[in-house]
Amino acid sequence: MASETTTVVSLHGVDVPLVRKGSGPPVLALHGGDGPVDHLPFAEAISGSYELLHPTHPGFDGMLIPEHFDNLQDLVFLYLDLIDSLDLQDAILLGFSMGGWLAAELAVLSTGRFSKLVLVDSVGIKPGGPFDRDIADVFASSADELLKATWHDPSLAPIVADMTDAELQTFASDRVAHGLYTWEPYMHNPKLRYRLHRIDIPTLLIWGENDGIVTLDYGAALRDLIPGASMSVIPEAGHHPHVEQPNEFAARFLEFASH
Amino acid sequence: MRAWFFTEDAYPYLPDEDSYESIRVNLPNKHFDPATGADLYNMYLDMWCAADEMGLNIMNNEHHQTATCMVPAAPIMLGILARETKNARLLILGNPVANRSQPVRVAEEMALIDVLSKGRLECGFVRGVPYEIAPANVFPYRGTEKLWEAHDLITKAWTTHDGPFNFEGRWFHARQVNIWPRPYQQPHPPVWVTMGSAGSAAQVAQRGHIGAVFLAGYPRIRGIFDGYRKGYLESHGTEMLIDRLAYCALICVGNTEQEGLDGAEKLLWYMSSNKVPPQYSNPPGYHSPEMAATMMRGSNSGTGLPTSTNLAEQMARGNVFAGTPDQVYDQIKSFYEYCGGFGNLMMMSQAGFMTFDETLASMKLFSEEVYPRLKELTASYDAGQMQEIRAGLPDVENVDVSSLASEFVR
Repeated sequence: MASETTTVVSLHGVDVPLVRKGSGPPVLALHGGDGPVDHLPFAEAISGSYELLHPTHPGFDGMLIPEHFDNLQDLVFLYLDLIDSLDLQDAILLGFSMGGWLAAELAVLSTGRFSKLVLVDSVGIKPGGPFDRDIADVFASSADELLKATWHDPSLAPIVADMTDAELQTFASDRVAHGLYTWEPYMHNPKLRYRLHRIDIPTLLIWGENDGIVTLDYGAALRDLIPGASMSVIPEAGHHPHVEQPNEFAARFLEFASH
Repeated sequence: MRAWFFTEDAYPYLPDEDSYESIRVNLPNKHFDPATGADLYNMYLDMWCAADEMGLNIMNNEHHQTATCMVPAAPIMLGILARETKNARLLILGNPVANRSQPVRVAEEMALIDVLSKGRLECGFVRGVPYEIAPANVFPYRGTEKLWEAHDLITKAWTTHDGPFNFEGRWFHARQVNIWPRPYQQPHPPVWVTMGSAGSAAQVAQRGHIGAVFLAGYPRIRGIFDGYRKGYLESHGTEMLIDRLAYCALICVGNTEQEGLDGAEKLLWYMSSNKVPPQYSNPPGYHSPEMAATMMRGSNSGTGLPTSTNLAEQMARGNVFAGTPDQVYDQIKSFYEYCGGFGNLMMMSQAGFMTFDETLASMKLFSEEVYPRLKELTASYDAGQMQEIRAGLPDVENVDVSSLASEFVR
């Protein structure tokens, strides 16, 4: 087991829980709408050779949504403060889904503190026209539809009936935060596509081959907007390749990170 | 007591319920036949006009993308009624201002109706039920804050007569606000706001508006109305008058008990047809996480099946008043005394397949044999006496209404 500490970083009145796991060059990991991922096996694998820095976004895992928070831009500026306060140097910026969108927003502002960018099944852009549903409407999908769109192996999905009351309430409040950050424009920033050219660090997109939330075509469109970016597709995985194929995911991350 | 005739203007001619996922949001409109719809709109308008002729007041509302309510723009129907009716007060309950992007437009629409009706408008503001979130595409978190901000802008627009003002709030922005027409009633039409808890009731009471409650029944009504009374006293330093409170129930009056009960069974279409899957009834940010988690856990939240309804149970809960005129009066009086009195009774007296003739027969019995007694009841209201009566009535056991309450109360 990698060493692990949790601290709370106070940023101008907003408290951000920060897990530090392992030792080595820093990896700032930004979780998606399903909440923290620091406890997952892939994180253990990465933290063998890197220090994983994993903040919990306000609103997730029982944290309150700050009164003035309205959308993802509030997270962007919160994390600019966090990055400064940690004085990150040459860190790898890693984002999952909504956290990938967040990572891209940070990277277009400045890559000065980062050496590499890794986006996992990320949202954030709108490649299609107004009538194209580029990103599955997760808030209007039935449980069955969501299960199929999200997972290659649906048996890995969390089961509401098995959750304790406390877990279910966290699940419910995580959904509120997810909605707050992504509601409109839905899961994207129309301006982001015109800013992605500013990303001047090596960038890898890791994608689950069977992702039905944002498909491979979506990933390819995102890749094409980031100069020099490449894309690594993991078979037998949906929207969460780091959960469904943790070893393969860690291997591809480490391969990219070390070169 | 003022009584308000209400129908939600259903389009009930639907295919087998098993053939669709939801009656709201995603039911394809190929199931709406425009010719049938035209007849229904006219029938509902005729019902409201009949209510006017019987001395009842009128209440209407709006919903979107649903067969439960064909009216997606209540002000349009109210505009017609402003012209077609003579005496009835015209209540819209209400404008879903947390979901509408232009409060000033709402202020204009309401002012027009108020002027056209020569001051008969009563203007309600609602947060809206959870299934309105998808059609409105408004994130429902902090919906109550949005409602009050829209309210502040609208009332300012109604009461500003010396030229434009600007408004730059958290949720809404408007510049050079200077509405034409201004309202007929001064300073502005009476305002109603729906409430579903003691906390929301206190916010309505603070503004002195009429607080309206839908189908909270015995289990929850005391908490809500007590919240209003307490909030009013704290804000204004005086006891409220009972005209500040309103309650909505399903009501059917028959010549015989059976006739009344048969009609009430038809009214229950409103509840029994409400097949809505969890993604529409429990959108993120609408309910508190506690309530959202309870709904996720709930036995029918994962199936998309409607809340089961049973007439005897709904009558016991105080959601339905039905029977002969004497019985209906007694049921309303019992509820009235239990909750400490209210001055407005909103009566959903048509729903589903209930016909024009059936509806009018019930309305006629109500207006001739129940309404006069209810007016006497409220005319003789005495706060001290009411407290004594209420004190003698223990709290009704808090039966489980979680799903029902969360879906219908607002």
